[in-house]
Amino acid sequence: MNERKPVGLKPMESAHANRGSKADGRPKLSRDVQARLGQQLRAMYDGVVSQGVPDRFAELIDRINSGNGHKDER
Amino acid sequence: MAMDESVRKAMLGAVPSLRAFAISLCGNVDRADDLVQETLLRAIANINSFQPGTNMSAWLFTILRNHFRSEYRKRRREVEDADGHYAESLKSHPDQLGQVEFREFREALAQLPPDQREALVLVGASGFSYEEAANICGCAVGTIKSRVNRARTRLAELMDIDNVEDFGPDQQTQAVLAGGK
Repeated sequence: MNERKPVGLKPMESAHANRGSKADGRPKLSRDVQARLGQQLRAMYDGVVSQGVPDRFAELIDRINSGNGHKDER
Repeated sequence: MAMDESVRKAMLGAVPSLRAFAISLCGNVDRADDLVQETLLRAIANINSFQPGTNMSAWLFTILRNHFRSEYRKRRREVEDADGHYAESLKSHPDQLGQVEFREFREALAQLPPDQREALVLVGASGFSYEEAANICGCAVGTIKSRVNRARTRLAELMDIDNVEDFGPDQQTQAVLAGGK
């Protein structure tokens, strides 16, 4: 986990330099890497989900429901 | 125009994940919230076309995605705005993953082609099945699968990951990420 790459290439450059066989789009990712990417993705997504419903959206729906505000509402 | 309480609840219940999806599409919190608002307005205006008993969330995702495609994608995704603004909007980030790695991940995600990014987010984070994601995107199930696979491979390339030990960039990479673009 703490092992570091010795040289900090730009991601694009290093991808092309080191991964010719992968650049053709054939997935060769280990389950570990896939799991880790999935973990990152969900962390990002859930970070927003955990913010709940901003007031503006509840207010918007209730305003429309009560007959004020309409399609032009922004 | 008053809507059924169960419909209202289902709509509000979908808002948090609609926002997360919208942010992943357009990379900007304010614009994402506008997108969600426009989605809700469209949904309410077309509520008669919603079939009770079907998945409200998937229906709203479809509306949002189509609206984004027709309106928002004309403008380029503002990647530079995505990180700062987006990071600010997160009250906390998962410490166990590391700040730099998390940032690097978001940068890489932002660089994916839109088709791949939306497929990955729908399946990998929103919790939709391949079939549901295919319905939302209006394409074949096989297309979604292939987009998700290519998205994962591309992310690993962009993050320079061969195996799980590669997570965690060195100082120089951090500098490139911080100053790059």
